[in-house]
Amino acid sequence: MSAPLTLFDKIWQAHEIHAREDGASLLFVDRHFVHEGSHHAFRKLAERGQGVAQPDLTFGVADHYVPTRGRGKDHAATTIADPAIARMVSTLEENAGKHGFRLFGLDDPRQGIVHVVGPEQGLTLPGLVINCGDSHTSTHGAFGAFGFGIGATEVAHVLATQTIWQKKPARMRIRFEGKLAPGVAAKDMALAWIARLGTDGGRGAAIEYAGSAVRALSMEGRMTLCNLSIEGGARCGMVAPDATTFAYLEDRPFAPQGTAREQALADWAELVSDPDATFEREVVIDAQDIAPIVTWGTSPEDALPITESVPDPARAGSASEAERIRAALDYMDLRPGMKLSEIAVDQVFIGSCTNARIEDLRAAAAVLAGRRAQVPGLVSPGSSLVKAQAEAEGLDRIFTEAGLEWVAAGCSMCVGMNGDIVAPGKRCASTTNRNFRGRQGPGARTHLMSPIMVAAAAVTGHLADVRPMLAGRL
Amino acid sequence: MAGWTRHQGLGVGLPFENIDTDQLIPARFMSAPRSEGYGKFLLHDLRHDGDGAAIPDFPLDDPAATGASILVARRNFGGGSSREAAVYALVDGGFRVVIAPSFGDIFAGNAVNNGLLPARVTEADADALLAAMPGDLAIDLDRCTVTAGNVVIDFEIDPVWRTKLINGWDDIDLTRAHEREIRDFIAARRAARPWAWPREVGA
Repeated sequence: MSAPLTLFDKIWQAHEIHAREDGASLLFVDRHFVHEGSHHAFRKLAERGQGVAQPDLTFGVADHYVPTRGRGKDHAATTIADPAIARMVSTLEENAGKHGFRLFGLDDPRQGIVHVVGPEQGLTLPGLVINCGDSHTSTHGAFGAFGFGIGATEVAHVLATQTIWQKKPARMRIRFEGKLAPGVAAKDMALAWIARLGTDGGRGAAIEYAGSAVRALSMEGRMTLCNLSIEGGARCGMVAPDATTFAYLEDRPFAPQGTAREQALADWAELVSDPDATFEREVVIDAQDIAPIVTWGTSPEDALPITESVPDPARAGSASEAERIRAALDYMDLRPGMKLSEIAVDQVFIGSCTNARIEDLRAAAAVLAGRRAQVPGLVSPGSSLVKAQAEAEGLDRIFTEAGLEWVAAGCSMCVGMNGDIVAPGKRCASTTNRNFRGRQGPGARTHLMSPIMVAAAAVTGHLADVRPMLAGRL
Repeated sequence: MAGWTRHQGLGVGLPFENIDTDQLIPARFMSAPRSEGYGKFLLHDLRHDGDGAAIPDFPLDDPAATGASILVARRNFGGGSSREAAVYALVDGGFRVVIAPSFGDIFAGNAVNNGLLPARVTEADADALLAAMPGDLAIDLDRCTVTAGNVVIDFEIDPVWRTKLINGWDDIDLTRAHEREIRDFIAARRAARPWAWPREVGA
C-alpha cells in the first residue's frame, strides 16, 4: 500500500517532471498568468532570443497599472494620460501580440484583477499548478490548486519552458473548527491566524485550510482566506475541492464541459488529504472565538479584534518587539492603550484581489444601504464582470448614494501603481491585504479589515464594530 | 550570472523587523527599465522624507557604511510582494549578502536568482552582528559561516540555493537538458487529463 498523501503531495506528484538529487524538482505549470509588471521577464526573454513555450497556457491580464476612472468601451492604452503608465499597459499588449497569448486587456469586458479573472473565467481549476509574478497567486489555492507567486527570473523561466524548479515545501494544516459568528468573515479568519502565528508563521509552507468553518465558506470566502496565505509567509494556501467548488466551476467559459467535466469531476474527487496523511505542523483554531479584526500597525500580524485597544510597547515581550511596536505606532500616529474603535479614518477603500468579488460588494452594500458615509471612499470591483453584476443588482447605487465613488476594476488603491493613492498622513480603512508603510501611497496609513468592517468605518467615520449595525441586513 | 564562494566586505545594520519588499522598493519606481539602475530606489521612502530630503542618521547613509555590501537585519526580511525589483535595488545598490533570522519566501528565491545570498542566522546572532555594524565581515558559502573579527557565526541556507549561488547556475540553461522529458510529460498529461487544458473559447 502506498503511503498516505496530503492534497499538496498529490498535486506535486502529478506535476513532477524530474526530481534532482539535491532536492529540487522540475514541475509542469498548467496556467501562467502575466500582467503589466511582468515586463522585466519579457525583457529577459527577448535578451535570450526566446519565445513563449506554451502560449495556450499563458494568459495576460491588465490590472496593476490600469486607470480606474475615465475608462470607456473603446479605451486603448494609448489614451492613458500618464505616459509611464500607458507604456506599462501597451508593453503588455505588445508582448501578448508578439508571443500569441490571450490578453484580457483594458478594453476587454472580462478585464479585472488577475486573481479574480482566473477563477471567474474557469481558468483556475482543482489539481492545477498555477503561477503568476504576483505574491497573491496563493488565491487560486481556494480551488485545490497549487498556486504560488514567483519573481521575474522565474516568470521568464515559466514563459520559456512552462515549468518551474521547486523544493518541496513543508506541509502545514490550519483547521478552523466550529461556526463563525455573524459579522465574522474569511478576512477575519486569515488575520486571526496571522496575528497568532506571525508574518513568518507559515514560512515557506504549503498550507491546507480545513475544518468545518472552511467547508462552510463560499468560493469567494475561500479565495480571501487563501489570498492572505502569503501574508503569513506561506508558499501557498489551499482548500480541498468539494461540491461548492464544483458548482462554482459549472459553465465557466474556460472550464471543462460535457465528458471532459465528467472526467475532471472523477479526478477532482481524489484531491483530498488521505486520513492518515502527516503534516509537519498543524494548528487548530476555534472559529466561534474569532471576532471582527482590524490591523493597527504596519504589518498584517499587527491585528486585533475591534473590541481591543492599541498595544503598549511597554508591555511587549522583548526589546526588539517594543521597538517595532513603537515605530509602528509612530508611523500610524496612534497612542498606546487607545480603543481601536476610537481611531478616526479619513477615507475608505473597498477593492483588491483580497476582497472585491461580488459577495464582498454585496456584504458591504448591505451595511451601507440607506446609510451615509461620513468620509470619502473608493469602491473598485475586482473585475469588469463583477462591476457589471453589481450594477445589475443595483449595488453601485447603494455605494454612490452613501457618498462613495464607484470606479472601474483594477489593483487600484491596494498598491497605488495607477495613481489611486491615499495622501500622506491620511488614514484609510481598507479591504486590501497589506498595511505596510507607504503601500497605499507615501505616508499613507492603512487599517486592514473585512468589507463589512470597512462599511462600518465609512458610516461612523472611525473604526467600528459592525455587528450592532447588521440587524436585519445580513 | 557569476557564481561565488567567498565574499569579504563591509556590513551595515538595518535593525528593523519586517522590512517588506514595498520598503525595499516602493511600487511607483518599478516601471523604470533595469538599465537605469535600481540602486537609487533602495529603501527610498525610509531614507527620504516626503519632500525627498535625506533622513538624518539612516544607517545606510552613515559615512562609515559607504560601500557596504552586506546588510544585517531582523526577522522577516523581504516579506510581501513578489517584486524582484526589491532584489535589483539591493544588487544595484552594491549588496551581495543579506543576513537575517528569517526571509520572505519569494524574496529569498529571487535573491538567489540574482546572486544575492539570503543568510539565515539565529535572533541572538543577528543581534550580536547588529551591535558590531558597520564593520567588516567575511562570508564563506562553502562552510556557511559569517566571520566578524575573531567571531565565527554559522548561517543556514537551503542546500539547493547554496549550490546554485556557488555555481552561478541559470535555471533556463539547466532546464534545457530536460526538454525531451518535458515534451513527453506534456503529451502524457494531455492524454490522461484533457480537462486540464483550457476549453477552446472564441475571442
